[in-house]
Amino acid sequence: MNNEEKDLRYYAKVHSVESLGTVDGPGIRFVLFLQGCHLECKYCHNRDTWDINSGSYQSLDEIFDKIMRYKNYIYQRGGVTISGGEPLLQHKFIYELFTKLKKENIHTCIDTSGMVALTDDIKKLIDITDLFLLDIKHIDDEKCKDLVGRSNKLELNFARYLSDNNIPIWIRQVLVPGYTDDEQDLLKLKDFINSLKTVERVEILPYHNVGEFKWKELGLTYPLEGVRQADNNDVKRAKEILGIN
Amino acid sequence: MEFEQWKNFKKGDWQSEINVRDFIQHNYTPYEGDDSFLAGPTEKTKKLWNEVLDLYKKEHDSKGGVLDIDTKTISTITAHNAGYIDKDLEDIVGLQTDAPLKRAIMPFGGIRIVEKACAAYDRKVDDEVETIFHKYRKTHNDGVFSVYTPDIRAARSSHLITGLPDGYGRGRIIGDYRRVALYGVDVLIAEKQDELDVLNTDELTEEIIRNREEISEQIKALNELKEMAAKYGFDISKPASNAKEAVQWLYFGYLGAIKSQDGAAMSLGRTSTFLDIYFERDLQNGTLTEEEAQEIMDHFVMKLRLVRFLRTPEYNELFSGDPVWVTESIGGMGVDGRTLVTKNSFRLLHTLQNLGPAPEPNMTVLWSTRLPEGFKRFTTNLSIKTSSIQYENDDLMRTTLGDDYGIACCVSPMKIGKQMQFFGARANLAKTLLYAINGGRDEMTGKQVTPKYQPITSEYLDYDEVMEKFNQMMDYVAKIYIKALNAIHYMHDKYCYEAEEMALHDREIIRTMACGIAGLSVVADSLSAIKYAKVKVIRDETGLAVDYKVEGDFPKFGNDDDRVDKIAVDITKNFMNKLRKHQTYRHSKHTLSILTITSNVVYGKATGNTPDGRRAGEPFGPGANPLHGRDTNGALAVMNSIAKLPFDSAEDGISYTFSITPGTLGKTDEEKIDNLVNMLDGYFTQTGHHINVNVFDRALLEDAMEHPENYPQLTIRVSGYAVHFTKLTREQQLDVIHRTIHERI
Repeated sequence: MNNEEKDLRYYAKVHSVESLGTVDGPGIRFVLFLQGCHLECKYCHNRDTWDINSGSYQSLDEIFDKIMRYKNYIYQRGGVTISGGEPLLQHKFIYELFTKLKKENIHTCIDTSGMVALTDDIKKLIDITDLFLLDIKHIDDEKCKDLVGRSNKLELNFARYLSDNNIPIWIRQVLVPGYTDDEQDLLKLKDFINSLKTVERVEILPYHNVGEFKWKELGLTYPLEGVRQADNNDVKRAKEILGIN
Repeated sequence: MEFEQWKNFKKGDWQSEINVRDFIQHNYTPYEGDDSFLAGPTEKTKKLWNEVLDLYKKEHDSKGGVLDIDTKTISTITAHNAGYIDKDLEDIVGLQTDAPLKRAIMPFGGIRIVEKACAAYDRKVDDEVETIFHKYRKTHNDGVFSVYTPDIRAARSSHLITGLPDGYGRGRIIGDYRRVALYGVDVLIAEKQDELDVLNTDELTEEIIRNREEISEQIKALNELKEMAAKYGFDISKPASNAKEAVQWLYFGYLGAIKSQDGAAMSLGRTSTFLDIYFERDLQNGTLTEEEAQEIMDHFVMKLRLVRFLRTPEYNELFSGDPVWVTESIGGMGVDGRTLVTKNSFRLLHTLQNLGPAPEPNMTVLWSTRLPEGFKRFTTNLSIKTSSIQYENDDLMRTTLGDDYGIACCVSPMKIGKQMQFFGARANLAKTLLYAINGGRDEMTGKQVTPKYQPITSEYLDYDEVMEKFNQMMDYVAKIYIKALNAIHYMHDKYCYEAEEMALHDREIIRTMACGIAGLSVVADSLSAIKYAKVKVIRDETGLAVDYKVEGDFPKFGNDDDRVDKIAVDITKNFMNKLRKHQTYRHSKHTLSILTITSNVVYGKATGNTPDGRRAGEPFGPGANPLHGRDTNGALAVMNSIAKLPFDSAEDGISYTFSITPGTLGKTDEEKIDNLVNMLDGYFTQTGHHINVNVFDRALLEDAMEHPENYPQLTIRVSGYAVHFTKLTREQQLDVIHRTIHERI
């Protein structure tokens, strides 16, 4: 079935079998990976999520029912996290899903780059989202363009909007040696984070190359071929610069 | 009744009748706080524990892990002289024999087993004992085999029904050892005398005669219990007057049981909150400090860690690692809504930190979603650190069992002092399925074990045909199974009666006939393969189905897939109903457990290729677990599958052994605790019954296999009990390592 035949409020293009995790937001999370991404991050470890035309459709009811099978584990401290891909490309669906989840008192979270325009629809969705995991791609606009193929203006605006509207944020920064670990950039990032008032946590995600095979499977050249993985010392140093634990 | 030892206790019915629950309800102090009040080990405790560790080492270095055997003394409540670890250091005294870790012989269950066990450790039973039991005194084992029918023998030797307690003590009876502390033995004797009066009826029927004889035996045992305590310099005829005495009296009650019986599981009951009342009174009086209270509990637990029985190598194969199931049930909620968690619940669990992790006592937390947060966090944190705790669903059990039940062995709940069970090991359902396909011929030997049924002859298995034949075969197995159990328990009562434990019960008790099944997930997956894939039968030249080829994929148990989970549910209900059709010894109530203990390895070894693709000889999943590696949808999906199994049809317990890596639970220690609490709350809300929680990385176990000397206290939960990992056989260790250790929630 192609896109035209589906009402995208009630169907999502899903990348992978939903699973539960403990690292994408507070508590035990039901994590839904949506298909499709408009960025081109060189370090992407889920290269196979980019193409909006692959993946499979699942209905709102189907996904909701699956989540409800785990309600007893997630309703207290955990919740549902929508990741991707870039989940906000399917914001209409997420809006419908979160509306249903809020009725069940389930915590909602989106793992996003924030690289979307703040349309009314997006703002409506933000209103019923309890937490954003915001992956700041790069604080330096030129470097950002090189690393992910887009300017960082939208995501910085997005972050600002969340802050102004009292929506909790966990900032995530992927630490890629030679790309995102420059001291001056990290200090700039620190200033930016400090200017936001709803940041609850800053997470450093050390770059690893376990997603490399996915590029190769698709017959593509891995852009970060030869770049070393970030280790504990890199993380420690970055944390010190950012002034976090 | 009125005793000075009861000073400051609130009055209640417990003073006019034997009613420990009433005493607890009137007098206990619920504790809703955290673990900050707890005290570390005292110098005395450290010194004593080091002596125990030295003894452990000597035991470990001895042949077969058996330090010493008293081959001469027939063990009874009073047979051995007093024994000590280090008399001056011990707050709580009493050993099974006259020296620590020296094992006793208990030939009333069967002399051959004792001889075999002694021989396995290069010892020989004393000639006089042999003469007595071969020539003059019949045993339980002799009794059973004198009445076994050919069909029972055939089912038994082909491992269709297996692990039966016909050659060893049945165990799984919990005396209400608290009664000894609360009332003193004289009151208990008087009560039993009154019971004899009740049984002075106009007609002495067979039943009444038996009951009268049993109560006479109980009175005798109670008198012996006093005599035993006197050897240690204690008079336990009167109630205990303080906390230390209460623990000592209670332990004497338990010691009497483990001196006179070597049942498979000799569980303690639910004692910590009862004891807390005494601790609280002493703390209030200013006669005891927290350090001293903890010291008493530490010393008590040391004693429980020294309990040993003499077992044969065959027994060790079934129940690996020398377990005794000193199961203690901790926590839970009262029917009035107050928690039954007390400070002493914390103290007992805290011994895992003061003395380090250990398999015994078998720490069993009765979990309720309404347990105080501080207690939930304390126990889950201990699980993460020690992998020594199991959890059972109090919200589920309280509805039928009230709030003074305890767990015997691994998962068997019973009302303390008011209920006992006839332990029935288990039927091999996977083998039953293979017999259904082969018309009752054994898939490994080709022997006709059951009467000749029509075998399946088609090339591909048809679900409806298989189900029809499987039903017939389950009918047959249920019949033979109950026949065997009736014979076993008749003879156990007759030749190896648990007089001391039963003396600590009411006269009128509930008896259950506790049957069990092994191989449930293998059966569910096999039927699922037949239904959703195509299963081709491979037969040998005699027409015997010896292998199966599965074409296509099929849903597997443990992935929260209703298509196959429902098969498991239906089989459980169905087999339970088949058991119910048969009359049981002493009108006991039929129950069922889905529990294998570590025997999943042995049962697997005795079972041929199965239609789910499992190879001959490969272990089953333990208890209700999915088969190793088949649960691919993460930990919570397994929990959901297992929680679907109906407790109503498996009231003797549904065991799930769960392992997860620390990293999967969460990033920080606090998050790990949060998430484990939520998982347990979720699983039990889904009506899961039991869960063993292990938190470790596979690499740790692999290292412990190679360097056991570095891991003397490494404890893991297997199936319904915990075990020192290094005490498992290599085969068992590999089984544990090959189990799913979840890296995904």
